[in-house]
Amino acid sequence: MFSLMVNGERHKVDAQPDTPLLWVLRDQLGMNTVRYGCGQGLCGACSILVDGEPARACQMPVSEINGRRIVTLSGLNDAVSAQLRAAWIELDVPQCGYCQSGQLISAGVLLRRNPNPGDGDIDSAMSGNLCRCGTYQRIRAAIHLAARRLRGGS
Amino acid sequence: MKGAATAGGLSRRSFLVATAGTGLVLAVGDARAETGPEAAGWRANAFVAIGPDGRVTVTVKHLEMGQGVATGLPVLVAEELEVDPAQVVVEFAPADSRRYNNLFWGPSQGTGGSTATANSWEQLRLAGAAAREMLVEAAARVLRVDVGGLVAANGGVVHQPSGRRLSYGELVAVAARLTPPAAPRLKAPSEFRLIGKAGVKRTDSRIKSDGTAQFGGDIRLPGMLTALVARPPVWGARIESYDRKAALGVPGVVAVIPISSGIAVAASSFWAAHKGREALKPRWVEPAERVSTESLRRTWTALLDQPGSPAATRGDADAALGQGTQRLAATYEMPHLAHAPMEPLNCVVRLSPAKCEIWAGCQFQTFDQAMAAKAAGLRPEQVEIHTLLAGGSFGRRANPASDYIVEGVEVAKAVNVPVRLMWTREDDIAGGWYRPMALHGFEASLDERGLPLAWRHRIACQSILAGGPFAGMVKGGVDPVSVEGAANLPYAIPNLKVDLHSPKTPVPVLWWRSVGSSHTAFATECFLDELARAGGKDPLELRRALLADRPRHLGVLELAAAKAGWGDPLPSGRGRGLAVHESFHSFVAQVVEVSIGAKGEIKVDRVVCAVDCGIAVTPDVVRAQMEGGIAFALSAALFGEITLKDGRAEQSNFHDYRCLRMDEMPVVEVHIVPSSAPPTGVGEPGVPPLAPALANAIFAATGKRLRKLPIGDRV
Repeated sequence: MFSLMVNGERHKVDAQPDTPLLWVLRDQLGMNTVRYGCGQGLCGACSILVDGEPARACQMPVSEINGRRIVTLSGLNDAVSAQLRAAWIELDVPQCGYCQSGQLISAGVLLRRNPNPGDGDIDSAMSGNLCRCGTYQRIRAAIHLAARRLRGGS
Repeated sequence: MKGAATAGGLSRRSFLVATAGTGLVLAVGDARAETGPEAAGWRANAFVAIGPDGRVTVTVKHLEMGQGVATGLPVLVAEELEVDPAQVVVEFAPADSRRYNNLFWGPSQGTGGSTATANSWEQLRLAGAAAREMLVEAAARVLRVDVGGLVAANGGVVHQPSGRRLSYGELVAVAARLTPPAAPRLKAPSEFRLIGKAGVKRTDSRIKSDGTAQFGGDIRLPGMLTALVARPPVWGARIESYDRKAALGVPGVVAVIPISSGIAVAASSFWAAHKGREALKPRWVEPAERVSTESLRRTWTALLDQPGSPAATRGDADAALGQGTQRLAATYEMPHLAHAPMEPLNCVVRLSPAKCEIWAGCQFQTFDQAMAAKAAGLRPEQVEIHTLLAGGSFGRRANPASDYIVEGVEVAKAVNVPVRLMWTREDDIAGGWYRPMALHGFEASLDERGLPLAWRHRIACQSILAGGPFAGMVKGGVDPVSVEGAANLPYAIPNLKVDLHSPKTPVPVLWWRSVGSSHTAFATECFLDELARAGGKDPLELRRALLADRPRHLGVLELAAAKAGWGDPLPSGRGRGLAVHESFHSFVAQVVEVSIGAKGEIKVDRVVCAVDCGIAVTPDVVRAQMEGGIAFALSAALFGEITLKDGRAEQSNFHDYRCLRMDEMPVVEVHIVPSSAPPTGVGEPGVPPLAPALANAIFAATGKRLRKLPIGDRV
């Protein structure tokens, strides 16, 4: 049995110790925003926050999670997340949409650390998140838009 | 099933989410109701239903895989029905080859070939217009007035002389008793208020930005098992032995089942199935002949010296090659490519004695229905498909063999509970159904003016159509999709010959976003650039000269060149290249700007794209498809490559099947040519011009002619 704190709620899960957190979140807790894309930490579709730090849920055995705070996209409701979501919708960023929860997690990490990122900052913060539909240009624009609004611009 | 349908506790309408402002609404569900009056409202026809509250439901028969059909198709209905898009709910159609077939494909439902908007263009406007006329007629009856004074607008009918207004919701009961009009009047383009206008938002941005969008892997049915399949690592291998006991010993593993494609392991979770599959340790009997990219290159290169099946002939190319003042030859090579959509393939299957239900991002519903029926021992109409959003496809889900669907049904049949069949990323990258490798050999001659006199183009490429249900389209030894973009070369070259070899390999191949044009455009547009340079002509000038009677090619070429500042000087180490290509009846030109670093590092700075797709129904979706097509094509041009060795693919995941990332994405500008022609597709046509424009830009910057893809990081 492992005890997980996910989005502020405590869950007890029965799983093999080597089970990646990704599959505990998806198969046992039904948290669909955390998506499977590669299983090797290469694509970012399963991006989450662990104790506030970005992480790949597919690379974390559940046995190493005990007691740490897990946050998924649906557990984020701060101003940064709200502005990012609004910008994503306003600029119609998603195409197939499968990678976008991971993209939004990474974008949030960036904006919480750097309220005024340049293109280079966005490139380095976002390059771990693959998008096969090629929405990168709109992601870049949406991050700039959200950052501007968070700084009080329009 | 009608109304708020549920399946095993899963509410299909649980993701019914309204978008803000003028957005449409996407309900991830499907239309169950038959044509005719419903208790809760009125189903006007196969595509339009209106509730007593006035809410309009539009049924979308195509798969939404990111290309925007769940936005563009409802706009066609809303335009004629005179409703605010914010009132419209979108549902995905059930599998039904009679009501929901692709009109370009006969009695077959499916999405592909960039046909969704084009084949629906009249159908959906007529569906909207028919409903509107019936609502107007209903208003005439209710108000006891002549239809002449009635106008439909904004979800209601207004009697202009009196100013009285009835909402559509108030009219559905009467409209339901009327006979549909035989020939409803369609708007003239000058009357459009939605089609071609800015401001229409995607229906699915909200659910895809808050994570609630539902994909196949999110479906969970009571008692459901998850299954993975151990497939032969070498194409053509047979199973010899496997450790069934070890797999069954893994906690959570419920069953080990031999199926037609390999050995399936069904378990209570993905991870248990994964570990169970590892424990199988299967041994395979491998075929004597094991394919490699190297052996294909060798034998196909030899084929380029032999005449192939003729695909296009004009004048006498063989004779004209010996004339002229210059003669050129070149060979181009393009690799196998995986589609690698972000969502690995999966489906959920629930079987009962008389029914097979499938939840998946189905792209070929009619094929999937037939193949699932065969595997289940049922009739096709007993297979019910719940088409979900797909996390990308790029052609991979449009497989007439319905590979992963059949696997799901075979496992479900064996275990007697619902099954979620999943592919891992490794299964996907190494699993075949690739864009075929292609070799293109050219010979050409130029006349004294530097204009092409003869063009001989020979292609070696495995056929996608041969051996499958579309084999009848192969005529005279020519698979039309192997030569599309080459046999119809638009340039006015007096002597032309295109022929084709279709060597067989054990590797299954499939359409990959833009299909034949994904390789023919690279070969033809690069070689034309070579001819321009050899003839001392600017690449734009030569194309202009040879496209004089091709106004739509010229239109996009001129627009892209003008917006890109073609001819403006660039600093040393930078270069511009262009390409123009028609695919799926749409015309796209792109100008690529590259910078080359001190160590030859390639940086793509900017891509200017012009597209003529007829009427751009939802212009921002057109722009998005060009942006995405360019990123997809750039990914392949720089990095995409599946290599074969000892009968198997050498790549397995994103570390060795590299895909474009944010820091490699250029600035993309999209310009749409204004048009009054009927709309054509945009999902694929953004792809073909990118690779040749890039290689031509690298030549402009460095003088190096690249004839083999992928190009890699540096030149």
